Amino acid sequence: MAENDPGPEGKDPNRRDFIHIAAITAAGVGAGAVAWPFIAQMNPSADTLALASVEYDLTKVEAGMQVTINWRGKPLFIRNRTQAQIDAAVKGDHDPMPDPQPDAERHKDGKAQWLVLVGSCTHLGCVPTVGGGDYGGWFCPCHGSHYDTSGRIRKGPAPKNLVVPEYAFLSDTKVKIG
Amino acid sequence: MLRKVTLLAAALVLMGGSALAASNAEKAPDVAFSFEGPFGKYDQAQLQRGYKVYREVCSACHSMNLLSFRNLGDRGGPFYDPKYETSNDNPYVKAIAAEAQIDDIDGETGDPIKRPGTPADRFPKPFPNDVAAKASNGGALPPDLSLIAKARAGGPEYVAALMQGYGAAPHGHEPPPGLHYNKYFPGGAIAMAAPLAPGKVEFDDGTKSTLKNQARDVAAFLMWAAEPKLEERKQMGAAVMVFLVLFAGLLYASYRRVWRNESH
Amino acid sequence: MSGHSTYQPKNAFSRWMDARLPVGRLVWDSFVDYPTPRNLNYWWTFGGILSLCLGVQILTGVVLAMHYTPSAAGAFNSVEHIMRNVNYGWLIRYIHANGASMFFIAVYLHMLRGLYYGSYKAPREILWLLGCVIYLLMMATAFMGYVLPWGQMSFHGAVVITNLLGAFPIVGETITTLLWGGFAVDEPTLKRFFSLHYLLPFMIAGVVILHIWALHVVGQNNPTGVEPKSKADTVPFTPYATVKDGFAMSVFLVLFAIFVFYMPNALGHADNYVPANPLVTPSHIVPEWYFLPFYAILRAVPDKLMGVLAMFGAIACLFALPWLDTSKVKSMRYRPQAQLYFVIFLVICVILGFCGAKLPDDQVIPGLETGIKVLESDLNSWVWLSRIATLYYFAYFLVVMPVLGLTEKPRPVPETISSPVLGDSDKKD
Repeated sequence: MAENDPGPEGKDPNRRDFIHIAAITAAGVGAGAVAWPFIAQMNPSADTLALASVEYDLTKVEAGMQVTINWRGKPLFIRNRTQAQIDAAVKGDHDPMPDPQPDAERHKDGKAQWLVLVGSCTHLGCVPTVGGGDYGGWFCPCHGSHYDTSGRIRKGPAPKNLVVPEYAFLSDTKVKIG
Repeated sequence: MLRKVTLLAAALVLMGGSALAASNAEKAPDVAFSFEGPFGKYDQAQLQRGYKVYREVCSACHSMNLLSFRNLGDRGGPFYDPKYETSNDNPYVKAIAAEAQIDDIDGETGDPIKRPGTPADRFPKPFPNDVAAKASNGGALPPDLSLIAKARAGGPEYVAALMQGYGAAPHGHEPPPGLHYNKYFPGGAIAMAAPLAPGKVEFDDGTKSTLKNQARDVAAFLMWAAEPKLEERKQMGAAVMVFLVLFAGLLYASYRRVWRNESH
Repeated sequence: MSGHSTYQPKNAFSRWMDARLPVGRLVWDSFVDYPTPRNLNYWWTFGGILSLCLGVQILTGVVLAMHYTPSAAGAFNSVEHIMRNVNYGWLIRYIHANGASMFFIAVYLHMLRGLYYGSYKAPREILWLLGCVIYLLMMATAFMGYVLPWGQMSFHGAVVITNLLGAFPIVGETITTLLWGGFAVDEPTLKRFFSLHYLLPFMIAGVVILHIWALHVVGQNNPTGVEPKSKADTVPFTPYATVKDGFAMSVFLVLFAIFVFYMPNALGHADNYVPANPLVTPSHIVPEWYFLPFYAILRAVPDKLMGVLAMFGAIACLFALPWLDTSKVKSMRYRPQAQLYFVIFLVICVILGFCGAKLPDDQVIPGLETGIKVLESDLNSWVWLSRIATLYYFAYFLVVMPVLGLTEKPRPVPETISSPVLGDSDKKD
């Protein structure tokens, strides 16, 4: 704005410019502050967040079975692994794989039979089917990713292991996810 | 000329605005609520007492469908605790929620069941539907209280007054059978019997359980329920006003500078 | 757009662009170099303020539509969901709701400015007509927007206004049924109102572009009503008008913010926080304040059809104004008699506003019963006050405007804009 000031009359150009620059800066700051609520409103609303953590009673899951529950709009796998499946997973700890991680890091201490995973293939988000694939864990039908019984990617295009969400045991039979 | 006209018009508008409220009921007396004024805030202890009044008295007939238990622990709410920014984790809120029995469907059998509430659950309804509510209340529907403090002319002051407005009807104004005289209710005859009485609700913080205190506390609680973002709004308002006044001042200086050598 | 362009592309890119799509030139010619009469007062800042209002309404409206549910069962609760759960939803909704009122405050001041300074007179008739079209679209948009929260006032307001159209003989009933999509205001009505409420603001924006185009063809009017004759009469739009408009906008925003943050429901009605119930009408139906004068005119006429015609006629007068005013002088600054009638007109509009908010048969002066009943109403009643006011409203346009221009004796009008300004700079109107 100041550079278009046609008048030659500004005796002290620095001071003259300062007020205009300050005004324009203030306008910019104001516009920035106004922008924030309009962006923030796209974030999950309070009622969505309120449902973002769920509690689940594990007694409903029998050994060797898996339940799928809806968590944050995505499938969540809760799998009660048999001893054979745990052994298979531990045995595979040192096999070469795209995203190496020991099985012990993928479950809570002393709760090796409980595997809680986000049921979205790390490739492009399809839901893998339980018990399929070459490693007896999960198989993603979309693009052929094979996961083992620890939910680790062993074969196929997926780059990462199935995600272990943040969760905690409230008691021996109750978990809180999220 | 135009300037005088503008002032005249503004004066007329101001005069008339104050004269707009008219009704045959008595005007609710003014209450100095803590949330009034540009820097007003809810009084948390008062909200807790008000919630107790709602819980123990009002909720027998009145629903609050727009509220969830988690709201009680939200910032500015009755049980807000800065330690638990997410009200879902607030143990007090969880305990209150768990006391309620919520209708649900069993995940395996599909049968309707009752389960303890979680903070995400809504306040339970006293009646399954409006017809049942009417049938149990002599044909009158107890209104939902979620927004009542904003949905009635006079707002929380009207609510507080209404709770205290019961009494003997003046001669010639006796209400029809089944209705009750209340001097603050438009028309004077209200279906609800006097809900509050001295000592009816015991306050844990030692506040004397007078009718006046109960009425004001529940009115404050209902105002919070209707306008939970009031504190946030007024706080943001203060910052915005300061900014805008400074901004206007800067622009005025800029304007004077641009125009200083131009006659106009 | 007005005459020779002085745009000089500064670098290679702007030269390249200028030869292909000269947006830079358009902006330069319209908002930088554009000559503005040097004597514009603050009443001329409402054009800029109105653009701001439209922008704010569209921005907040688009956001609200992301969270709103246009269904009879879900609308009310989705608005409360916005107020309670959506991040800053309360802020955005309060801005949108009060923004409508701010928009109308600004548009009324903008129109009254045009009325006082004769901005509708040749060569600005089309400019004025486009403004009237914008005003009509604004009214339609505001009305439909008010229905969307689906509260008691929303619903029964929609019932009353749509029933107005039923007054027309033969086609009336067909029109209302078509409008409702049923036999009463209901879900289909809400859905189409939502769709149209989203559409119309963009149509307003389109007409605003035409309005500004027309403005830049004929140039701005000014307080003297004398067209600029030389360079001495004008200043470039930027920085002179931009900084003044900016200052006025910031002051306007202070008023806006007072409403949004400290009295967000002052201009609304308590009944609209009660969910719509087709079986119970609120005891006292009133439209939003900006429709009250027209509502008063509607009720002033005892016949349903004539009332509706009077209400539409009140707006039609605005469209006909350029041809009703016979005065040779544009600005009322030099028309003392016109000033007097204008002031009465202003007071009458405010009175009509009050009449629209009152129950028609209530007494204007409390306690005074004249006992004289004409047309079934006591003379001391709001309905009679509104009848008198309505009469003046129409007389102002249909009698005063044409006759006064022929009979009055205006004060001498200056030769040029700069002569009165530079001559005696102390003299304001």
